[in-house]
Amino acid sequence: MNNAKLTKSDGDKAMEQILENISGDASAQMGMRDMAGPFGKVLIDVATVRPEVVALTADLSKYTDLFAFAEIYPDRFLNVGMAEQNLVNVACGIAQAGLVPVATTFGAFLTRRATDFIVMQAALPKANVKLIGAVPGITATFGPSHTSIDDLAIMRAIPNMVVIDPADGTELGEALSAALAYEGPVYIRQPFATHVDDAENKDRKPFQIGKNVLLREGSDIGIVAMGFMVDEALAAANELEKDGIQASVLKVSTIKPFDEDSLLALSASTKALVTAENHSVVGGLNSVVCEALAREGQQVKVRAIGVPQDCFPEFGSREYVQEQLGMMPADIAQAARDLLV
Amino acid sequence: MLAVNLPNLKKRARDVRLNVLYQGMKFGQGYIGQGMQTADIMALLHFHEMNWSPDRLEDPTRDRFLLSTGHYAISMYATYAALGMLTRDQLASYGQDGSKLSLGAEVGHVPGIEFSGGSLGQGLGVSAGLAWGLALQGNSARVFNYMSDGETQEGSVWEAAMLAGSRGMGNLVNIVDVNRVQADGPLVLEIEPLAEKFRAFGWWVEEVDGNDMAALVEVFEKARDVADKPKAIICHTQIGAGSPTLESYPKAHFVRVEPDQWQGIYEEFEVASAEGLKGAAQ
Repeated sequence: MNNAKLTKSDGDKAMEQILENISGDASAQMGMRDMAGPFGKVLIDVATVRPEVVALTADLSKYTDLFAFAEIYPDRFLNVGMAEQNLVNVACGIAQAGLVPVATTFGAFLTRRATDFIVMQAALPKANVKLIGAVPGITATFGPSHTSIDDLAIMRAIPNMVVIDPADGTELGEALSAALAYEGPVYIRQPFATHVDDAENKDRKPFQIGKNVLLREGSDIGIVAMGFMVDEALAAANELEKDGIQASVLKVSTIKPFDEDSLLALSASTKALVTAENHSVVGGLNSVVCEALAREGQQVKVRAIGVPQDCFPEFGSREYVQEQLGMMPADIAQAARDLLV
Repeated sequence: MLAVNLPNLKKRARDVRLNVLYQGMKFGQGYIGQGMQTADIMALLHFHEMNWSPDRLEDPTRDRFLLSTGHYAISMYATYAALGMLTRDQLASYGQDGSKLSLGAEVGHVPGIEFSGGSLGQGLGVSAGLAWGLALQGNSARVFNYMSDGETQEGSVWEAAMLAGSRGMGNLVNIVDVNRVQADGPLVLEIEPLAEKFRAFGWWVEEVDGNDMAALVEVFEKARDVADKPKAIICHTQIGAGSPTLESYPKAHFVRVEPDQWQGIYEEFEVASAEGLKGAAQ
């Protein structure tokens, strides 16, 4: 071994400094897993009894809960590499062959990069494909390339597309099950497999495409929430109750087709509404709610909690970004108080 | 021909690696293996090959560097720190909440960054447009695109490659870093024969050991003499290069390293540095 002493460089000093003060803080990255989570378990269960169900991904099997499926059913799994446009076209071809493909990648890449392919090959011919967009909204913890704050707006505008944003892992599994029982193209957001199940698990009503669920009833303010913001809405409702404000919380899981009846009932029984979504306030839940209210001639004030217009979220953990963007329970509660003044 | 100071370039590559390890330790995780593997190429480009310097970030005649593989931002920051463009404190913020040093480098966050990465397979098209535009204006600057092997799975890469080849873009140099690893593990879709693919698209192509500084100097020197074709320099690299632990890491795409492992990684890195990296011509 050559023991020639290297001159002490800038890098050496950097290393000395860090060795004195090592930080081990780090968050798990983007829900990577080798074992089946709620999504993977449902997929494997369905695939066991339905040999026509197959799965494909664009180099993200470990990050989209497909790894276990691929181990169990290697012949029914296809990894197309990093090629999202091809992922969609191949899935549609598989559907045309009579199989039921479940195609996964990150939501940002699927809905931005492959939009034309989804429109022409999935939506137009009503291909029986299930498109799964992982790490939705601000949960990606990578940066603007991975942050899908516009996927619901894009997918909702596409004819024939069913669009689902599950609140938690349990609902994700139920949504996949429902989507596989439905004939036609479906887009499902895939929240972190590690995300905790929603606070209202007791007495939970099973997921149905196009049905909202009223989780809590109160006559002052109505909070319409979707995705992980359902938990935040429930926390906000608890906070408001301490101030003597009674809040309803309506959980939306399917943004298209949208359950208007539940919304109209909510607006009729409360004084004002707050929408809370893990998405841009443009084109997503807030838009759906306001469009429905205006169409029905309901005069009600609505405040939007979500990613503000013209904002690329800062880089950081979900918790950090959520706080930066004013998407915390306290922000929902404050919006409610402002509306009631 | 540029004068070459090989020992100095190797020392610079070593500094880049130390800065990569520093960021990895502070964050506890990240694209550390890739940062290590790219260090020789990054050092060569920024300390030797490119007509570029930290005080010319706005100079229209500077060579451009586009990091198509935004995931390798850690080595971009490491290189900038070695050049004095980032402070130690800034470097320490890599990947952390609110940091400008995000996991994929974006334009406007750190001065010098010429391309917003993270969504893969987009750098070559932008580079081709930039190269065409510079040439149109009589600007002799060159454009260096740095992409990973996995990115060649994206169709957009070949749309750009066809354009650059058919237009004979001599001012475009595409570095393809072949480490044969992607997010799901070893390449999930075979990309070889890569050199033949680029040749078929009208490119000048060379393959080189991307962790061998002397070989790198030589191949870039050769590329400089080819005026009428875009250049693809296929660099075969070892993920984690310089750190035996990181080289052997089972999930090398995005590694998490426990605090107590760092001392060992640093010590073995010192040994590896003193002996010269694998394949490095002494």
